[in-house]
Amino acid sequence: MATNVIENGARANVLSSNTLPRWASAACIAGSAAASGLIFALAGWNTPLFAILAALLYLAAWTILNAAVRGGRHGSNAFWATLVWVAFFLALVPLVSIIWTVVSNGVRGLTTFGFLGSDMTGITGVQDQAAAAGQAGVLGGIQHALVGSLLITLVATLISVPIGLLTSIWLVEYSRGSWLARLITFLVDVMTGIPSIVAGLFAAGVLMTYFNLIGGGYSGGKQVMGFTAAIALSVLMIPVVVRSTEEMLRVVPNELREASYALGVRKWRTILRVVIPTAISGIASGVTLAIARVAGETAPILLTAGMATSTNWNVFKGWMMTLPVYIYQQLMRPTAPSAPDPSTQRAWGAALVLILIVMGLNLIARAIAAAFAPKTSGR
Amino acid sequence: MAAPEVVAPPLVAADDSRGRFGDSFFRTLTLAAGILIFGILALVSLYLIIESLAAITASPDKLSSGQPFWAYVAPIALGTLMCATIAIVLSTPVSIAVALFISHYAPARVSKPVGYVIDILAAIPSVVFGAWGMTTFGPGLVPFYTWLSQVCAPIPGLNQVFGTASTTGRTLLTASIVLAIMILPIITSQCREIFIQTPRLHEEAALALGSTKWDMIKATVFPFARNGIVSAVMLGLGRALGETMAVTLVLAPGILTANLIGVGNMTIPAEIALNYPEAFGMRQSELIAAGLILFVITLGVNMIARWIVSRYAEFSGAN
Repeated sequence: MATNVIENGARANVLSSNTLPRWASAACIAGSAAASGLIFALAGWNTPLFAILAALLYLAAWTILNAAVRGGRHGSNAFWATLVWVAFFLALVPLVSIIWTVVSNGVRGLTTFGFLGSDMTGITGVQDQAAAAGQAGVLGGIQHALVGSLLITLVATLISVPIGLLTSIWLVEYSRGSWLARLITFLVDVMTGIPSIVAGLFAAGVLMTYFNLIGGGYSGGKQVMGFTAAIALSVLMIPVVVRSTEEMLRVVPNELREASYALGVRKWRTILRVVIPTAISGIASGVTLAIARVAGETAPILLTAGMATSTNWNVFKGWMMTLPVYIYQQLMRPTAPSAPDPSTQRAWGAALVLILIVMGLNLIARAIAAAFAPKTSGR
Repeated sequence: MAAPEVVAPPLVAADDSRGRFGDSFFRTLTLAAGILIFGILALVSLYLIIESLAAITASPDKLSSGQPFWAYVAPIALGTLMCATIAIVLSTPVSIAVALFISHYAPARVSKPVGYVIDILAAIPSVVFGAWGMTTFGPGLVPFYTWLSQVCAPIPGLNQVFGTASTTGRTLLTASIVLAIMILPIITSQCREIFIQTPRLHEEAALALGSTKWDMIKATVFPFARNGIVSAVMLGLGRALGETMAVTLVLAPGILTANLIGVGNMTIPAEIALNYPEAFGMRQSELIAAGLILFVITLGVNMIARWIVSRYAEFSGAN
């Protein structure tokens, strides 16, 4: 390159001799899009194929251009950089598609009168066929599923948070890295990997065995209730709570504990009054994320709480519906198999509500973490 | 009566024992919670093993399929492995690239919001993924499957894998792609954490020697993150193996077949979800035994992943 500059004389600038102008990349994108657009304008329009061809053309053109002007190493650099950018946009496609599908399909269901305030009591194929034929509005709603989701998640939280919190306190404050601590950490990791359906199997089975025992060999289906589902969800939730709380407790500066001990405060009071309040924002956001995770679980609830059509406020008795199971049921077993449209409409409405709840919980978790963040990092 | 002696006030207050009980109580309480976790896990495995023994040892004529248990579970176990493997193969390169995008390629100002966007993908419930795959994505793939089936028809081998195309698009490949999308945020966030930890000095040294960005990533980021990437992929695999709802909704179940874009195949979680609510007696034991097989497979995968992580934590220069 250097020799080139000398041979070409004064016109070539040493600093810019083997670089591309800033607009080269943009021009390359525009060129590839135009070429791809031209091809598909002639051969019949197809948006996905247009995007794929444009990306491929850009990949080839940009790589060759870089390799020719700046050398082979820069060619491969441009190639991989393009692939990384393409991968990112590729990952956005399903996200946008899912959210668009849920919102566009769900708004109609959600805005139907009585969708949030009524359940599926008395909604049979007759009503749905009438609705599909345009003789009546789509009836039925998700009240029972909302109530069920709320109660089951609440009970699961009440079980998991104390267990998870206490375990992580033991791990951080008391264990001193003993073999038992290593074992429990390992088991928590194992628990994180339990498939949700296995957790459901476990809860359903254990409670059935219990009712078999006290019922003299006949459980009578008493194990199908909201509480069983809450146990299944707890199995999934405890490890998440332990891990996030543990992380939060570990970042509490040791100076705070030592200052408290120096004042003669006992260890348990130090933990309750100093350590936990310092870490509370992180713990709260971790718990909120765990709730968001189990609120969307379907499979374990399907096996444990069954499917109900009417609102059930009692977690210890009777079948219960939750939002994810409601979506599953409406899609897989439409109320009127010959006219599934009203069921599909309700399913998407429920999906929109579920996504809003889960996203809301995630936002709350972030807000909690952000609002109180300086507490932990003010060292 | 002697004159009262002047006694120095005790250094420690008399009611000092206040809270001593609290200390031991609290310590025991927290330990009990930890042991409870151990108990739950032991109970889960014990329960699964005891309940499945009935089905595993039963004679074939007592089982719902009329075949020995292993003949029943092998095809769905294979289906599970196929589905998860395809998902991992599709998801890994994209996830690593997205993680690299966030850690090294995205402009500094947008890299955080981009991380949030990927986290949103992780927050979407699996049943919504399933509904999307069943009603939007699957049918959308039908033209592609039809084309693929036509192109591959004359090629031996490939025409087995991409045989007659399904008309609904609810096939194993669709389920695998949906799974790949679901595990993408998991692998991405793990990889991102590790990529960010690459020692700054290594990167700058590489750049100072005249490396391009890609040379620098090859020379510093990947060697540093190799174990982390492997463990992230294993965690994703564990998640893909156990994922139920997306597969149950997307896949139209059928017998085991090599044809990825046609009707057929089944996975263990979907089999349990579809049949357990109506099952009783021996059928229930069969499904629980299938659950045990799934549990063992995911356990193995997760333990390998954790082992790699712990090895990595001990030997990395990061801490």
